[in-house]
Amino acid sequence: MLFFLARRLLAAVPTLLAVLTLVFVIVRIVPGDPALVILGDQATPDAAAALRAKLGTDRPLWDQYAGFMGRALTGDIGTSMVTGRPIAAEIAAVLPHTLDLTLAAMVFGILLGLPAGIWAALHRNRAIDVAARLLSLLGLSFPVFVSGIFLLLAFALHWRIFPVIGSADLADPLDRLHKLLLPAMTLGLVMAAYITRVTRSAMLQSLGEDFIRTARAKGVPHRRIVWVHGLRNASLPIVTVVGLYVGILLGNSVLTEIVFNRPGLGKLIVGALNQRDYTMLQGLMVIYCVLIVAVNTATDLLYGVLDPRVRAA
Amino acid sequence: MSEPLLEVEGLRKHFVTTKGLLRRRRVTVRAVEDVSFAIGAGEAFGLVGESGCGKSTAARALLRLIEPDAGGVRWRGEDVLAARGARLKALRRRMQIIFQDPYSALDPRQRIGAALTEPMRVHAIASGAEARRRAAALLDEVGLPPAVLDRYPHEFSGGQRQRIGIARALTLEPELIVADEPVSALDVSVQAQVLLLLRELRRRRGLAFLFVSHDLSVVRWFCDRVAVMYLGRIVEEGPAARVLAQPLHPYAQMLRDASPVPDPARRGTLPRIRGEIPSAAAPPPGCPFHPRCPQAIARCTGSLPRWTALPAGQGGVACHLHG
Amino acid sequence: MRADGAASLTWIGGLLCLAVLLAALLAPWIAPFDPAEQSILDRLQPPGGDHWLGTDQFGRDILSRLLWGARISLTVSLGAIGLAMVVGGTIGLVSGYIGGRLDLFTMQVMDVLLSFPSLILGLIVVALLGPDLVNLVIAIALTAIAPFARIARAPTLSLKERAFVEAGRALGYSHARILFGHILPNILPEVLVMATLWLATAVRVEASLAFVGLGPKPPTPTWGGMTRDGFETILDAPWLAVFPGLAILLLVLGLNMVGDGLRDATDPKLRHE
Repeated sequence: MLFFLARRLLAAVPTLLAVLTLVFVIVRIVPGDPALVILGDQATPDAAAALRAKLGTDRPLWDQYAGFMGRALTGDIGTSMVTGRPIAAEIAAVLPHTLDLTLAAMVFGILLGLPAGIWAALHRNRAIDVAARLLSLLGLSFPVFVSGIFLLLAFALHWRIFPVIGSADLADPLDRLHKLLLPAMTLGLVMAAYITRVTRSAMLQSLGEDFIRTARAKGVPHRRIVWVHGLRNASLPIVTVVGLYVGILLGNSVLTEIVFNRPGLGKLIVGALNQRDYTMLQGLMVIYCVLIVAVNTATDLLYGVLDPRVRAA
Repeated sequence: MSEPLLEVEGLRKHFVTTKGLLRRRRVTVRAVEDVSFAIGAGEAFGLVGESGCGKSTAARALLRLIEPDAGGVRWRGEDVLAARGARLKALRRRMQIIFQDPYSALDPRQRIGAALTEPMRVHAIASGAEARRRAAALLDEVGLPPAVLDRYPHEFSGGQRQRIGIARALTLEPELIVADEPVSALDVSVQAQVLLLLRELRRRRGLAFLFVSHDLSVVRWFCDRVAVMYLGRIVEEGPAARVLAQPLHPYAQMLRDASPVPDPARRGTLPRIRGEIPSAAAPPPGCPFHPRCPQAIARCTGSLPRWTALPAGQGGVACHLHG
Repeated sequence: MRADGAASLTWIGGLLCLAVLLAALLAPWIAPFDPAEQSILDRLQPPGGDHWLGTDQFGRDILSRLLWGARISLTVSLGAIGLAMVVGGTIGLVSGYIGGRLDLFTMQVMDVLLSFPSLILGLIVVALLGPDLVNLVIAIALTAIAPFARIARAPTLSLKERAFVEAGRALGYSHARILFGHILPNILPEVLVMATLWLATAVRVEASLAFVGLGPKPPTPTWGGMTRDGFETILDAPWLAVFPGLAILLLVLGLNMVGDGLRDATDPKLRHE
């Protein structure tokens, strides 16, 4: 097990390097001069040259790449072009809000999606199943900002159950939770829809396997078959989807944070977009990469826990 | 046999695969180790052996469907392995192949008519209405009506598909057909019909055949000469009647004894095949057959038996007992 | 309601998509007002009356803007998915056919691309390129190339082992002929089903980008942009955000229903269940 753990952690290193390289490529692949894009109308030759020197885009490409990778791997992701503050500090200040939101959405998605998927699988092709299918299709068709607005209108403006604005005092857990619920529901809805669908098909597949039939024949109670034998075997695809979906959650958290006016990486990224804070964008991409690689590695490790065959491979 | 149509000399094909993630091991599968034979014009040459002995790989390597690692292949004296581009394309016209699995041999999204006329267009033999007329004639030759032209492969049975596959192989008017287990995937009831068709085509068109099969009775019925392969090597070769009735090599004897015998009185008293075929990834030293050979002697574990020619066109054998 | 319940979902989805397509095609003729025409007197009219779906803060007719907005949504999404399908599909096809190290490398690059959330990738690429229509198409296409490469590669790997590919080589066909004349037609159904599902994602990403402010410049009506504008006056005039939001939802839902139904119909594994 320890060997498996070490191997998986080691395997994350090349992935991280590759993703960071992708960030570098995406930022540099843009046709034209970033300095001119950033300066826009105020571009004078002097200002552009000064900005190029500041950004380092006047240096040769390999030099820029080496510098970028070196700094990113040592945790230095630069300073904001606009505020002049270290990007890491800006991110650290809002990261808890985004992590709160993402985790809460994940929990919500699992709590709603898992039972719904199992339920649909057990009532295959009947009204419940078709309804679950339609509802889950509806759920995953919602752009998050649309579901956010609808939920906001219903729960915060019409029924006034939840506050409109989601910015919470981190030190006050109750306040934090209260203001988290509505955004987490918004973000978790789409995830719940995905989990419902995957759980349904994974359960159907798992319940059709020979060992389930054997268990039935041996007289194992139905409840135990479904919850213990069926679900254990359906867990791998479900974990895969949850792991994959964290990336989408992070993407959608941007929209959720705008709708609920919550602080977080999303607000930071939109602010950086509007102010053309080029270094901040790059720093944020690095952070997203690290988060995603971390989640993928965690998913891989979870595989090992769930399935002994993966450990041996 | 004056000038052979096809000469194969020392053909070799190894497959290298890597296994394991961190500690990578290279595993070499010696599918074809050393294979030599020749086929004359109009001759039917059989290649027999158990599955995994490399007979299909050898057939594919001489057609350049996979690139052999070593050896030589000559078509009427011309070097097949060195041919490139237009030369290779011209050689492909001379040699065609019929596959074991008629279900995967036809493109599921292509109508039979298109499947038969496409090769003619590619080789500028015929196009348009003329190509279609030729396709219909070929279908007639394999016993199918012209209406087949507008149908898709899934509308046909295995036997019908095999006939279509044969018609396609004939579109380029080849002189040699490599038949890779052409009937072993078919129902027993259709096997005979397809075999009769192949023999009829051979007679009418003067086709030469390389007939790859594990079924000795089929080979004996269809072929003039036979080579027996074991672990990537030919262990015995000669006229079909001689090799399949009075084989010299213990392995060939074992194959003969294991194949179904029409005489019920002899059934059940024969030694069955002993042991498993060793992995081609780790062939035993010496004669590759010695671990399974009932007549093995001391020499067999030490050295590879040389090829010994038999007198009066009776072929040859690679065995220490006959060296 | 048994299995045919699922089939009728596909039809409902098809009708939704068709409705949006017709709206986009016929917008110049069926829109009751000029979508850009401002009128101070008619500001923030609630739904009903002359303006069926009300007016926005500039007095522009919401219904007309929605009809015209359908054009942007569909043009950008279809363009992006078309581009992603051609580029990604070719990458997957060629990579799977050639195999070996090249294939391993290509697929690793695609995996890295795939691990990036499409919204963030789109956000950053549009931000760097500038939000005009062509750049939107390129950015959204970039987020969908990797999945198309994967979906094209997997069946290519198994198809190239089939005897008809070997037969093509024996018959002297070129690799290009085998690849595009024989393997491509066999993987096309899967790729097209995938395209429907990704079209839904593309519509969502396009709307999300516009909502964040990365859409075509203001006078052009886009559903995401209209939602964004409406969101600013959500307390006084919630319909401004609700109607375009609903439009996006219905189009995405319709595409998902069609894609889902098609996938079930073409997936042999599901059919034999």
